Amino acid sequence: MSFVYDKLLGGKSGAIGLLVLSVIILIVFPMLLDGFRLNLVGKYLTYAFAAISLVLLWGYGGTLSLGQGIFFGLGGYGMAMFLKLEASSPENTAIQSTPGIPDFMDWNQITALPWFWEPFSSFGFTLLAILVLPALFAYFIGVAMFKRRVGGVYFAIITQVIAVILTVLIVGQQGYTGGINGITDLRTLNGWDITSDSAKYLFYYINCGLLIGVILLSRFILTSKFGRLLLAIRDKEDRVRFSGYDVANFKIFIFCFAAFVSALGGAMFTLQVGFMSPSFVGIVPSIEMVIFAAVGGRMSLIGVVYGTLLINFGKTTFSESFPELWLFLMGGTFIAVVMFFPNGLAGLWSQYSPDIIKKIRSTFGMANPELPLSSPGLKETNS
Amino acid sequence: MSIYSLVPAKSSTNKRAVTQVTGKSRSFLKSLCTIPVSLVLAAHMGFATAADVNTTGLAVTDDTVTVGILHSLTGTMAISETGAQQAEKLAIKQINDMGGILGRQIKVIQEDGASDWPTFAEKSRKLLVQDKVAAVFGAWTSASRKAILPVFEKENGLLYYPTFYEGLEQSKNVIYTGQEATQQILDGLNWVAKEKKAKTFYLIGSDYIWPRTSMKIARKHIENVLGGKVVGEEYKPLGDTQFGSVINKIRLRKPDVIYAAVVGGSNVAWFKQLKAAGINSKKQTLLTISVTEDEVLGIGGENLEGFYSIMKYFQSQDNANNKAFVKAFKEMWGEDSVIGDVTQAAYLGPWLWKAAVERAGSFDVDKVVAESEKGDIELTTAPEGYVKLHENHHLWSKARVGQWNKDGQATVVYTSELIEPDPFPAGYQ
Repeated sequence: MSFVYDKLLGGKSGAIGLLVLSVIILIVFPMLLDGFRLNLVGKYLTYAFAAISLVLLWGYGGTLSLGQGIFFGLGGYGMAMFLKLEASSPENTAIQSTPGIPDFMDWNQITALPWFWEPFSSFGFTLLAILVLPALFAYFIGVAMFKRRVGGVYFAIITQVIAVILTVLIVGQQGYTGGINGITDLRTLNGWDITSDSAKYLFYYINCGLLIGVILLSRFILTSKFGRLLLAIRDKEDRVRFSGYDVANFKIFIFCFAAFVSALGGAMFTLQVGFMSPSFVGIVPSIEMVIFAAVGGRMSLIGVVYGTLLINFGKTTFSESFPELWLFLMGGTFIAVVMFFPNGLAGLWSQYSPDIIKKIRSTFGMANPELPLSSPGLKETNS
Repeated sequence: MSIYSLVPAKSSTNKRAVTQVTGKSRSFLKSLCTIPVSLVLAAHMGFATAADVNTTGLAVTDDTVTVGILHSLTGTMAISETGAQQAEKLAIKQINDMGGILGRQIKVIQEDGASDWPTFAEKSRKLLVQDKVAAVFGAWTSASRKAILPVFEKENGLLYYPTFYEGLEQSKNVIYTGQEATQQILDGLNWVAKEKKAKTFYLIGSDYIWPRTSMKIARKHIENVLGGKVVGEEYKPLGDTQFGSVINKIRLRKPDVIYAAVVGGSNVAWFKQLKAAGINSKKQTLLTISVTEDEVLGIGGENLEGFYSIMKYFQSQDNANNKAFVKAFKEMWGEDSVIGDVTQAAYLGPWLWKAAVERAGSFDVDKVVAESEKGDIELTTAPEGYVKLHENHHLWSKARVGQWNKDGQATVVYTSELIEPDPFPAGYQ
C-alpha cells in the first residue's frame, strides 16, 4: 500500500493532484463538452504525452530536447501506416493503376508496396513498432551523443537538426511517405469505423487512461533512486560521474523513455485526428511541446497537462474569435507567462495554494496542519 | 435556362450586376433579381420556411443562412489565400445585396486554417459539426484539401475548392472551381509546340503532389502526342531557394522550353536567379503553370517580363464581366489589390452554390449536390467569361496563355476553346 502511495502517487499532494486531474479529464470534460469539443481535448491531451516526456528529460534530467516531434511523429506514422494499408484494400482502390496500395503511392508511379510497409499490415507488429522503434531510434541518438558527452545546447541543436532531416526526408520521399500531404483518409481499425462518435469517445478514454498510466510510471521513476540520480546529474554531472556512475547510461535511458512516451502520444493522435503529416515532426511542433512544458511548469508531471490544455484551448479560442489577430494574442500569453510566472502554472499553484488552503480551512473552522502542502516535484525548482 | 442568364451578358447593366451595387442601381437590381428568386419560391409553393428548405439541421433561419470560409489568414500560405477569401466575401456581399439566397441573407463564419493541415481539419469539423454551415468556401493547397476531405465526406458537408490542382479526385462533397491538371496543361503545351516550334522541354517543379502529377501528364503529352523530348525533370523541396545547379543543367541541355511548376516563396528565388544567370525571355521560352498575378507581386514583373503563364484567368482580360469584377474587387479591398487565377475561381464558388440552391429550392447538401451534378449550371457573369459545371463536379473552362509585362500584368496571347474537365485522364496516368 505504501508502495502505491509513496512511489506511484508521490505522497499526499501528488495523489490529490492526480485525483483532481483524473476527475477533470474523465468526468468533467465529457459532461460539459459535446463530441466535437471532447475530440479536440483528446487531441490536446496527446500533446501532453510529449510535454510529460519533457518534464523527465528537461525538467529533471536537465537535457533539453528540441526534437520530441521526431518521436511523436514516428509513433503517429506507425499507426497511420497500419490504418492506411487497411483503408487501401483492392476494393477501395479499384480506380488506381495498381489497386491495393495507398493512393499516394499510385500517384507517384509506384507499382508495388515497398518492403518496409509490408509488416505494417499486421496490427500486432504495428503496436510493437510504435512501442519499440522510437525508443530504439532514441537509443542510437543517445549513444552517439551522451557517450561522447555531448549535452546542453549542442544536444538541443542536434535534436532539432534531426527533426529537420526527418521532415525533409518525409516530404522528399512522397511516394513512400505521402510527402507534405501526410497519410490521410484513415477510416477503419480492424474493420471498426474510427470516425464514428462512439469510437471517438472510446479513444478519448483510452487516451486519458494511458496518460494517467504514463504519469504514474513517470512518478515511479522520479521517486526511485534513479530519479534522485537524475536530479544529481542535472545539478552536478561531474560529481555524479566521479562518484562512479556511468552518467551516459542514465541519460540514454531517460531519453529512450521520453521517446517512448512521446510516440504513444503520436499514435493516439493519429487515431483521434484521423491523419498524420510531417507538420508534427518538424521544428515548430517540437518547440511548441517545449512551450507546453514551460507554461505548465517543467518540474510538474501534472502541471504540464494543464499547461498543454491551456495553450491549446487558447489557440483554438483565440483563432475562432479573432481569426486575424490570434497569433498576437498567443504571443502575448507566452510573454506574460515568462515574465510573471517563470515556473509555469505549477509554480503559481505551489506559491499561492498554501495560502488559499489555509484560508479555506480557517473559514470552515478546521485546524491548519503544520506541514506546508506542496508538490514534491516542486521542491527542486532551483535550476 | 440557368437563373444566371438573367442579366444579359453584353448589356451595360451587366457591369452593375457583379459590381458592388450602390444608390439607384441597387433598387433596380433588386427588382431584377427578385424575379427568378420568387419564381423559384413559387415553384416550391412559396412557403419556404426554414424547415422546408433545410431538412438536415443546417444553420438556416427564416431570413439567414450561415456559410463558412476556411482559408489561411496566417502562416506561409496567407499571401496566396488572402485573395481567395476576399473574392468569396465579395461574392457573398453581392449576393446579399441582390436579396440573398431563397430570400435569406448569407452570414459568414470565418476560420483560420493557419497554413497548417491539421488545423484545417479541426476548423472544418468545427464549421460542419458545431456551426452546421450550409456550405464551406475554402482550402487552397492539395494538402489542406486532403486533410479536410474525410471530414466533409463523414459529416456530409459541401466544399467549394478554388485552386487549380492535380485532379485524380472527385468527391461527392466537393465542387472544384479551379481547373484540374489536363485543363491547364494540354492546351498550353500544344500552343508552345505550335507557336514556338518547341521540341525539347525541361521540367522543373516543387516537390509535392501537384507539380509531380502535372509533370507526369506533361511528359506523356510531350512524348506521345507532340513527339517532343523531355531533356530534364527536376523537383526542389518546398521553400527551397537554391536553383543554381538546375540553371546550370538548363544551360547545358539548352531546352526549347522551360516548363515550370515552382510554387510559393521559391518562385522569387527561381526567377531572380534565372535573370541573374542571363536567362531571359529574349533567349529562352519559359512556360509556367504556377505563377499568377499574386505571385508576380512578390517576384517582380521585371524578373518575369516576356515569360508565359498558362491559367484560365488573367486580371487584364478584356470583357465586361471582368471589368465589373475588377472594379468591385478594388472598391472593396483597395486599389492596390491584384487578382490572380485562384482569386477569380474562388469568386465563382458562392455564385455556383447560389445557382444550385435556388434550383434545388433547398439548402440540403444532397439536393444541392444533385442539382450540381446535372451538368447544366452555368455562369454567364463569370469574370473569366463563361463557365459551366460538369457532372464530375469540375468546371468547363478555357485555358489562356498570358505573357508577363513589367507592370505585373499579363497580356493574353492565346485563348483555347471551352475544355471539358477530366480529373481521371485516360492515357495520362
